[in-house]
Amino acid sequence: MSEKRIRVLVAKPGLDGHDRGAKVIAQALRDAGMEVIYTGLRQTPEQIVSAALQEDVDVVGLSILSGAHGTLFPEVVKLLREQGAEDVLVVGGGIIPDEDIPELKAAGIAEVFGPGTPLEDVVKYIKENAKSS
Amino acid sequence: MFKQDQLDKIAAKKESWSAKLAAAVKKRPEREAQFMTDSGIEVNTVYTPLDIADMDYERDLGLPGEYPYTRGVQPNMYRGRLWTMRQYAGFGTAEETNQRFRYLLEQGQTGLSCAFDLPTQIGYDSDHPMARGEIGKVGVAIDSLQDMETLFDQIPLGKVSTSMTINAPAGILLAMYIVVAEKQGFKRAELNGTIQNDIIKEYVGRGTYILPPEPSMRLITNIFEFCSKEVPNWNTISISGYHIREAGCTAAQEIAFTLADGIAYVDAAIKAGLDVDQFGPRLSFFFNAHLNFLEEIAKFRAARRVWAKIMKERFGAKDPRSWTLRFHTQTAGCSLTAQQPMVNIMRTAFEALAAVLGGTQSLHTNSYDEALALPSDESVLIALRTQQVIGYEIGVCDVVDPLGGSYYIESLTNQLEAKAWEYIEKIDALGGAVKAIDYMQKEIHNAAYQYQLAIDNKKKTVIGVNKFQLKEEEKPKNLLKVDLSVGERQIAKLKKLKEERDNAKVEALLKQVREAAQSDANMMPVFIDAVKEYVTLGEICGVLRDVFGEYKQQIVF
Repeated sequence: MSEKRIRVLVAKPGLDGHDRGAKVIAQALRDAGMEVIYTGLRQTPEQIVSAALQEDVDVVGLSILSGAHGTLFPEVVKLLREQGAEDVLVVGGGIIPDEDIPELKAAGIAEVFGPGTPLEDVVKYIKENAKSS
Repeated sequence: MFKQDQLDKIAAKKESWSAKLAAAVKKRPEREAQFMTDSGIEVNTVYTPLDIADMDYERDLGLPGEYPYTRGVQPNMYRGRLWTMRQYAGFGTAEETNQRFRYLLEQGQTGLSCAFDLPTQIGYDSDHPMARGEIGKVGVAIDSLQDMETLFDQIPLGKVSTSMTINAPAGILLAMYIVVAEKQGFKRAELNGTIQNDIIKEYVGRGTYILPPEPSMRLITNIFEFCSKEVPNWNTISISGYHIREAGCTAAQEIAFTLADGIAYVDAAIKAGLDVDQFGPRLSFFFNAHLNFLEEIAKFRAARRVWAKIMKERFGAKDPRSWTLRFHTQTAGCSLTAQQPMVNIMRTAFEALAAVLGGTQSLHTNSYDEALALPSDESVLIALRTQQVIGYEIGVCDVVDPLGGSYYIESLTNQLEAKAWEYIEKIDALGGAVKAIDYMQKEIHNAAYQYQLAIDNKKKTVIGVNKFQLKEEEKPKNLLKVDLSVGERQIAKLKKLKEERDNAKVEALLKQVREAAQSDANMMPVFIDAVKEYVTLGEICGVLRDVFGEYKQQIVF
């Protein structure tokens, strides 16, 4: 098979240490055949973008539960664009109020997965929308 | 507990009954091929004395307030006094949290429980670049003594008990608390409360660590030593399974990993030259109350018995107060759903009831909107009222350990205990909890992933998520929002403070912190001297980072 595997960076921006969701998603994407890199905790947007470029990923998945998504998610997209990596698909998840979602989408977050999203939905979305697909 | 001839009769009866059961099952097939608890313990159709035939009443249960404390740590439990109803609160600035504290005290809450924002928990001042977007978000921002003074304004610290959810910089926050109390005119011996101060669980499951394990353990034993002399009624640690459970482990793992962490603290303190009975009575615990109702009740009972054995048999503690496992409980945040959030009120109530039937000393009930945001005034009031209904209206507090003697509860308690010992022995073999951090992380991650898969493939039902969904859902209104201006105000306040304080003194005090860190002195007196002069949390932690380095997470998944 010559089909390129989708590469995903799962990242925890900010100071929030709850990474159960991020790790579960990472495992599910890996089980679905993707190559997954997990950054670990407490990453600045700069560190995440640098890792995304270095690893040449197709997708960046961001997870936040602390409420800092409004500041940190758009920052990641902005830095990716500045580096010419606007084709990287950026998605987010965590405790994110519905009313914040339009603003995040306007800032370039392609999709936001709230609590209770089945893993399958996330896998399917990424398969359909990642740049290499 | 039972005579052999009684057991033989029951066994014979059960044998003939099993044919009846088989016929019934054939006629009406069971809902599952196999029923299991969340810890993977198989659940039988019915329990009889045969399931607890090996139990010895006096050895395994005893009476409440007596070793091994399976039935509770006090002789009369809630007949004397209900548990402390302690709602965790904190957001925005110290002014806003002070308002929420006073509101909760007016509504009948009996103890304070303070949440700090992430920069505070990780030892950064609000003006640090890492604090971007996080100031006042999941708790209150505390940069200096000034914020602590505002936080407890008009709250007499000698009269309330305060629990502070703070770990890596616990000693510094405790120092601030002591100084504020003294300024209010209270003596250190009058102070009651708890600092979480459990760094191992931060490495294992929660993530707000600063320093590597060794200096972190030293700061913790410094606090044990200092408080045993100066602040005798303070609970110097709350060894926390809560977060490990939230990270995904099972009930049996929650008992084992928490108590293994406890063993590590006791070992460290003994190694630092303290007598086990000097600090043993001031150790407290923090557990999760999850949804599997009966297993959770059994979990609390098993945990008490295991800890009593650890303290008495392993560490040779002589003071009975060292044997008792006293614990705070919080209902499971991870069990709450963003879908049909009002259903969370019921989930929380059942979890709270499990905690009460399990004999908790203190309880936090989650608010129904917490899968969406921090709780609003309305949702936190319902959560508090849930506890009050359990305490005052439904009669479960009029008798101690009402489920004690239930064949199923006792059997489950025994099985959970056995599973917990297996894990503890495994951790011992790895060299103790500090060395077993990666092992525990792996176990937790596997359990979390299995749990999610069970929900995804509908083996586990979550109402509103994978069953009984609503087509159109109305989202709750009045969610609490912490806006970014909180951060700006906090940074401005800090800037002003740094201009107005005596900065020459600050420099000298930071030098003292450095020297104490480099020696083997107890850090607590130095922290107290420093915070008094408004040296900030971030400045002190900066010095500690410099001297000890920072912990780097191992990526395990």
